[in-house]
Amino acid sequence: MFDVLRNEKIAPNIFKMIINAPLLAAKAKAGQFMMIRIDDKGERIPLTIADTDGKNITIVYQVAGVTTHRLTEKKAGETVSDVVGPLGHATDVRKIGTVCCVGGGVGIAELYPVAKAYKSAGNDVIIIIGARNKELLIFKKELADLGAQLLVATDDGSDGEKGFVSGILKRLIDSGRNIGLVYAVGPGVMMEVISNLTKPYGIKTLVSLNTVLVDGTGMCGSCRIQVGNETKFACVDGPEFDGHLVNFKELKARQSLFKEQEKHACKIRGILQ
Amino acid sequence: MKKQTPDERKKNFNEVAFGLSEEEALKESSRCISCKKAKCSMNCPVEIDIPGFISAIKNKDFGKAIRIIKEKNNLPGVCGRVCPQENQCEGACILNAKKAPINIGGLERFVADWELRNTASAANHRPLASKQAKVAVIGSGPAGLTCAGDLARMGYRVTVFEALHVAGGVLMYGIPEFRLPKEIVQKEVRYLESLGVEIKTNFIVGKTSLLKDLFEQGYKAVFAGTGAGLPSFMKIPGENLNRVYSSNELLTRVNLMKAYLFPEYDTPVNIGKKVAVIGGGNTAMDSARVSLRLGAEKVYIVYRRTENEMPARKEERENAKEEGVEFRMLTLPVKISGDENGFVKSMECVKMELGEPDDSGRRRPVAIKGSEFTMDVDTVIVAVGQSPNPVFLKATPELALDKWSKIIIDPKTQASNIKGVYAGGDATEGDDTVIAAMGAGKRAAKAISEYLKNEN
Repeated sequence: MFDVLRNEKIAPNIFKMIINAPLLAAKAKAGQFMMIRIDDKGERIPLTIADTDGKNITIVYQVAGVTTHRLTEKKAGETVSDVVGPLGHATDVRKIGTVCCVGGGVGIAELYPVAKAYKSAGNDVIIIIGARNKELLIFKKELADLGAQLLVATDDGSDGEKGFVSGILKRLIDSGRNIGLVYAVGPGVMMEVISNLTKPYGIKTLVSLNTVLVDGTGMCGSCRIQVGNETKFACVDGPEFDGHLVNFKELKARQSLFKEQEKHACKIRGILQ
Repeated sequence: MKKQTPDERKKNFNEVAFGLSEEEALKESSRCISCKKAKCSMNCPVEIDIPGFISAIKNKDFGKAIRIIKEKNNLPGVCGRVCPQENQCEGACILNAKKAPINIGGLERFVADWELRNTASAANHRPLASKQAKVAVIGSGPAGLTCAGDLARMGYRVTVFEALHVAGGVLMYGIPEFRLPKEIVQKEVRYLESLGVEIKTNFIVGKTSLLKDLFEQGYKAVFAGTGAGLPSFMKIPGENLNRVYSSNELLTRVNLMKAYLFPEYDTPVNIGKKVAVIGGGNTAMDSARVSLRLGAEKVYIVYRRTENEMPARKEERENAKEEGVEFRMLTLPVKISGDENGFVKSMECVKMELGEPDDSGRRRPVAIKGSEFTMDVDTVIVAVGQSPNPVFLKATPELALDKWSKIIIDPKTQASNIKGVYAGGDATEGDDTVIAAMGAGKRAAKAISEYLKNEN
């Protein structure tokens, strides 16, 4: 059993939870994730570790189905039955020069530890974040506090410039900024657009994939994805991959595998989607 | 042994075989002639005194029977159900001459279940830890649990680290409920806990802690029973389509996460109406039978050799056939095709014929030119084997591995190249059954005890 210390709504449909998990917190590094299971009937779902303080871990989740909905019902002082990790490779953080960190939607929370780590390693970090509107623009203050250049886009123009993160990145590149690495995390379509954008410029681009997982340790192969000419397991080979090699069409198709089941489960539980 | 009828059982996940009644067990035990030189015991990987426990059954002393078994085997309820007895104890029984070997597996299961019903006897055990040395066991599958149990009996303080949320390893995620009820596994795990074994779930050695951390925390020896948790695929086009599963994924969803009870349980599984299971082992049979129970109308076993070369137990092949699984032998899938949404629509195969024997001694299947054909299926389960789970191995580069990434060990002691680190089960070469893994766990426990005596 793991104690839930906090669970709060930070944006429409987006929650931040802090869980006491000292072993995991002591080892977790930027880019890694964990598996969580609420109780004996719960499923195992992966969540990126957004922050740690050595004893506790912070996760940020968007309500998308039964499990994330049930997570919202957990109150401080209650417990979740299982938390395990840290899983996946940590981000290979080193001094590169200029690193552009791009985050979209709930992926912005996942971007935070990575941007923080690149900054600490002495890189010139440019952060670009985007969401549908300003209410959904999470972690803006935390990212601003890193002291890096922060650029914002919203679909409706309610914060930053009206448009997409890709537009900002393209302008940066075209303005002649010498970018050594682009790191993108967010919805599949966003990571695809960013990867397609940087490819002709030959800018190395890492994406952090959010595939379906069961165990998270290489056992089931549910998270497999074509990268270049090979099939990789996102859980043990990733979750970060070279964005120019990822088959995004396959990623999006595989994410739809349980859509009907999820809808059905939400419907009978009276959870509106 | 009595079973649920095929028509009945293919609609539920309840155990297929009912087990022997007391009357049946007494009758069966009375047939044993108690050989002086018991070939059955000699062919048991954990050397159970088989004539001894059968004699106790004859005398209706079931408590004594289970004690005799447990001197050598900590998981009798499991072994009575899933051991390939036909190749081991029962295969060596002298009564094979009359084509009527003793049903040793059935008798083992009978006394194990008898004890599990009488939970008081398990509660009588008290933790034994009398020695100071702490031993870490990585993985709570059959190898790890056996090693842990034997070490606890010797008085060591044992901690088992399990990556999943529940102990049992492949016994929980791999073998279906209808062959091995999960309650039986959990009762056997609790028995080990009653011996003083501490089990830490949600703990991945290689991630949550490293091997060196365990030694720093005072563990004097380590047994790695990290299992075969990395499924192989065939590397054919279309394998990443939706509704192509590894057998591991299908079985984990259904057995460990109870997807067959979705939506009461939260984990879903998405199976179509026509399922092809590729492979010829027990895992393939399990996957086929699980698919039927999930509501598939047609289930095929697709195997590139013939039934004679299949590694699956005869009993499991027969169970599958009785339930309506169709065998498509000498058939090799070459491509899986999908619809516009990325879901399986059909599978292209070629017909094979058997040629010259290969390295395994089995005749090598060769494709027949021009024999391509299409199977109308909407789900494909790939059950073509697996390699060792990489998490612990990658995090422990100093551990010597063979070219299949299996941990190299001394077969007598299960010792790896690292001092104080032992390994067995599917993480090493050859231990491909539950009982073989248990045998490795036993050898390792003995060797670890010797090692610790010499260290002090």
